[in-house]
Amino acid sequence: MPEFVQFLVSGLTVGAVYALVALGFTLVYNASDVVNFAQGEFVMLGGMVTVFASAAGIPLPLAALLAVVVSVVVGLLLYWLAIEPARDASPVTLIIITIGASILLRGAAQILFDKQFHKLPSISGDTPVNLLGAAIQPQSFWVLGGTAVIVILLYVFLERTVLGKAVLATAANKLAARLVGINTTTVMALAFGGSAAIGAVAGVLITPITLTSYDVGTLLALKGFAAAMLGGMGNPLGAVAGGLLLGLLEAFGVGYISSTYKDAFAFIVILLVLFAMPQGLFGRRTVERV
Amino acid sequence: MLQKIGHRYLTLIALAVIVAALPLIFPSSYYFRVASLVWVSAFAAIGLNILMGQAGQVSLGHAGFFGIGAYAVAIGPAHFGIPTWAALLIGCALSSVLAYLVGRPILKLKGHYLAIATLGLGVLVALVITTESRWTGGPDGMPVAKLTLLGWRVSGSDTWYWISGGLLLLGTWIALNLNDTPTGRAFRALHDSEVAARVAGIDVARFKLQAFVIAAAYASVAGSVLAMMNGFINPDQAGFLHSVEMVTMVVLGGLGSVVGSIVGAAVLITLPQVLTVFQEYEHLLLGFIIIVSMIFMRDGIVPTLSRVLAKRTQS
Repeated sequence: MPEFVQFLVSGLTVGAVYALVALGFTLVYNASDVVNFAQGEFVMLGGMVTVFASAAGIPLPLAALLAVVVSVVVGLLLYWLAIEPARDASPVTLIIITIGASILLRGAAQILFDKQFHKLPSISGDTPVNLLGAAIQPQSFWVLGGTAVIVILLYVFLERTVLGKAVLATAANKLAARLVGINTTTVMALAFGGSAAIGAVAGVLITPITLTSYDVGTLLALKGFAAAMLGGMGNPLGAVAGGLLLGLLEAFGVGYISSTYKDAFAFIVILLVLFAMPQGLFGRRTVERV
Repeated sequence: MLQKIGHRYLTLIALAVIVAALPLIFPSSYYFRVASLVWVSAFAAIGLNILMGQAGQVSLGHAGFFGIGAYAVAIGPAHFGIPTWAALLIGCALSSVLAYLVGRPILKLKGHYLAIATLGLGVLVALVITTESRWTGGPDGMPVAKLTLLGWRVSGSDTWYWISGGLLLLGTWIALNLNDTPTGRAFRALHDSEVAARVAGIDVARFKLQAFVIAAAYASVAGSVLAMMNGFINPDQAGFLHSVEMVTMVVLGGLGSVVGSIVGAAVLITLPQVLTVFQEYEHLLLGFIIIVSMIFMRDGIVPTLSRVLAKRTQS
């Protein structure tokens, strides 16, 4: 039982980060049809900027805030400088552009920061909490709680505010949204900025547990994408469920099967899901028009 | 028609002349090495271009096949005592079979679903190579035995220059010919519209699979040759970044243009060599080049240039 709880909590913790990355993917995908492979770099930026800002003497909460702001600025620049000029390009071209952006950001981080691994202090210390016999790091609760808060905030924003409804309208049908007077360019910029902020928060929360370095983004982007795919592309709740599920699969796979292929689980899952049900677990079947 | 055939041989002859003439201006063996690297990468890019440019299907995991070819010539002789040249063929066969088996379900997918599925496949291959260190030497890589053909030990950067150059000519010849066969025409029909192709009686699934297998075989052979040439191999060759580099060569040079793939490979291989002073900035520059070329030269270097030239001659 303690073993099971241990795997469960660590799975949910890592899964929460995948869920946040997947949520960022979904937000951008819904607003602009772009699959943003640079999504993982926002998580990296969140962690790295906080580490280096606090090392420079800025108090930790302010450093974290700065990291979120930097990520949002980078997200907006990515949209205005790289995505907007290539708006009418094919999906594959846009994917390659975002991959280029991810390589560029990683290269910049390598120069501006360094190639070392970095750790942040846990918010409530490192004394493990006993939960049904399992030793849980208090930071896990911060990660899970933070993820819950972000999901709820996003939900309220999308369902209860005019701007949020504009985002949903743009996701549903861009042309129709424009016809009823929605500025879809603003909505898309908002989506990129928002997804960058979500990624940065994930980076700040998870760094005390998993450490961070300039190259953590790629694998996170790939796994976040797997999570989004698992939940059904374009479905925010599906993205969260997919992320948590993927985290659990990894944790139990490592715990009960083998730890050598920890990173392989996500990709085996992607392939199986794509083979068996290309629309994901919670996605709708779409009819392609010619 | 006649003009088309003429054009094809003109391309091939021009390429042969370039391969033959370049050594005349090479001051040192270092240049032979870089040029061989370009030929091998161009060979892989031409294969990938058959899949991407002709059949219109993307693969973000092609370095996986490259890696299989590379590790085949490393593992075959070291662990099983197979001659290196036979290991190359075995690697090529393995890649083709894997492409065939996985391609069936994968190629039903479209757009970014296909991109992510091929990406997953490539990452899995790289993970296996990195993890099975008993066979592959793990993240540190492993040495590759020298190629021996009929008692002749192949070595020296100029020898490999001629081998890789010959290989490139062969690859170009096959790709150019393929363009004008029913298979090549079926690929192009797929590219333009899958539905229209199906209506015209083309077995869409079969031709997509064929293009995937051909591209995998090209990548595998390129991987084998690179491994033999370098005498050493590490898992980076099978990694995601290398897959992206291959796709960038194809798209940068021009989708569907055989010459474009060679130009794309030449740019992406020589640029880091020229910029070694900025070694620290390599990733930054690679990312920048990818973004800028995708935005401003969406059709690729060769198609863009030939359009400009055609306009010139017209006016």
